[in-house]
Amino acid sequence: MFKKEYAWRGIATIGGLIVIGLTLTIGVFLAYRGSATFFQFHHTLGEFLGSADWNPVDSAAGGGTVGALIFIVGSLVTCGLALLIATPLSLGAAVFMTQISPRIGEKFFRPVVQIFAGIPSVVYGWVGLSVLVPFMRVAFHQQVGQSILVAAIVLAVMIFPTITSMTADALTAVPKTNRDGAYGLGSTRWQTIYRVIIPAAKSGIITAIIMGLARAFGEALAVAMVIGQTTALPTSIFSTSKTITTEVAAQMGNAMEGGELKAALWTLSFLLFLISLFMIWLIHRVNAPKKED
Amino acid sequence: MSEKVKFEIRNVNLHYGDFHALKNVNMDIMENEITAFIGPSGCGKSTFLKTLNRMQDFEESARVDGTIKMDGTDIYKDMDGIALRHTVGMVFQQPNPFPKSVYDNVAYGPRIFGIKKKAQLDQIVERSLRQAAIWDELKDRLNKSALGLSGGQQQRLCIARALAVNPDVLLMDEPTSALDPISTSKIEDLAVELKKDYTIIMVTHNMQQAARISDRTAFFLLGEMVEYGPTAQLFANPSDPRTERYITGRFG
Repeated sequence: MFKKEYAWRGIATIGGLIVIGLTLTIGVFLAYRGSATFFQFHHTLGEFLGSADWNPVDSAAGGGTVGALIFIVGSLVTCGLALLIATPLSLGAAVFMTQISPRIGEKFFRPVVQIFAGIPSVVYGWVGLSVLVPFMRVAFHQQVGQSILVAAIVLAVMIFPTITSMTADALTAVPKTNRDGAYGLGSTRWQTIYRVIIPAAKSGIITAIIMGLARAFGEALAVAMVIGQTTALPTSIFSTSKTITTEVAAQMGNAMEGGELKAALWTLSFLLFLISLFMIWLIHRVNAPKKED
Repeated sequence: MSEKVKFEIRNVNLHYGDFHALKNVNMDIMENEITAFIGPSGCGKSTFLKTLNRMQDFEESARVDGTIKMDGTDIYKDMDGIALRHTVGMVFQQPNPFPKSVYDNVAYGPRIFGIKKKAQLDQIVERSLRQAAIWDELKDRLNKSALGLSGGQQQRLCIARALAVNPDVLLMDEPTSALDPISTSKIEDLAVELKKDYTIIMVTHNMQQAARISDRTAFFLLGEMVEYGPTAQLFANPSDPRTERYITGRFG
């Protein structure tokens, strides 16, 4: 009789241990491979983070340069812009589907958003490439059409469903008694939403935004298709550039095992890992129960 | 006892879809009195309370017929629901402070009226907390979260929050059902104190509570208002046998 009990507990424990083990191993592995740039090829952390001079040599002899500033700036700017575009729209959509018209919201809006979330990124990239890029050429007289702005728009569309559905969940979780309290004091619907419901859902909304940002940071394919992939610091939102992920994705097939380029790409990957760790830490901080002061 | 009618209720019926929840209610509610609604669960007393500040507007399937006049004005035909709720405040069964500080809870109402001056808000917050007899307990915790207060404190904070917008009427929907006896008696004392300035209408499950503090009592059963009269008379000498059976505890 207790055999089953132990068997299931065993399976659950093993599953949990595997997840923890995998995460740790990936972290250690990335740290180990990524550190070769600094220990084996003797570059400094300052050069990696602060220089825009990226020319690692594809051999074990080394001697190239590994300034990753272009990719770091590229990632920060595209993701930041994407967030600026997506957050207000997502917040509005979530308020609409949970507060203003919950019936249409639940029946129609939420399923559509879920479908949205399931579309593969190559489709977003392709649509961006065949619709937005030519549009930019015509509308803004851009020569190439690809740019940071287009990448940000594509990313914004991609993270919109993530932020929207998580924000909607956070808004739905606000107890109805808060709403009654606000209406009972003579609040209008907007006052109730803006002054009571959104503040009450604040930590959930921030979590939604960070999850959206994390998804944007990790996206390589769709961004690579529309950002133009030039190794240069962007000078405006119409510039072409690269991001951390697009560079890793584009170069990893070409790099020789044991070479400086390979090591530098591992360092970039480790940087991505650290950034996502940081975001997870942020989420935990936002959601940590406040100490009663 | 008061002579002035606050609410004049005539032939009020309420339907939730096909369900007839209130059946032809007629009554006059007096100003500066405590009126208690008693009756078994599901009898329509809370439903009726919520017609008086039109919280029923938020129930999609609810339909109200008949007339309810407050100070002679028809609150369904000649008033806006939001303006009405500025005048008719409400305290709910479960204490429901907003997840904000004590100060921000009380200042919520004045702020939605557009009062921004700190000095003026400070004054309103202090006055309201004093009226709700909780100023001494909370004056050093104004910036702490309201969710950290005890249930009884939260409920008195909610009363202060309702008073901060200067209503005429205070509706209380079983305000002590989630509270311990000491908190309950504080809220009862408070209600008696407040009726000098406000008209109080209270739904209660607790017949002793109605007997202790109310001036008039209405007994509801199955959506019907069975009997309404001065509290002492209704409890000592009920005219309807159903009222008598309920108050003597022979059914519930």
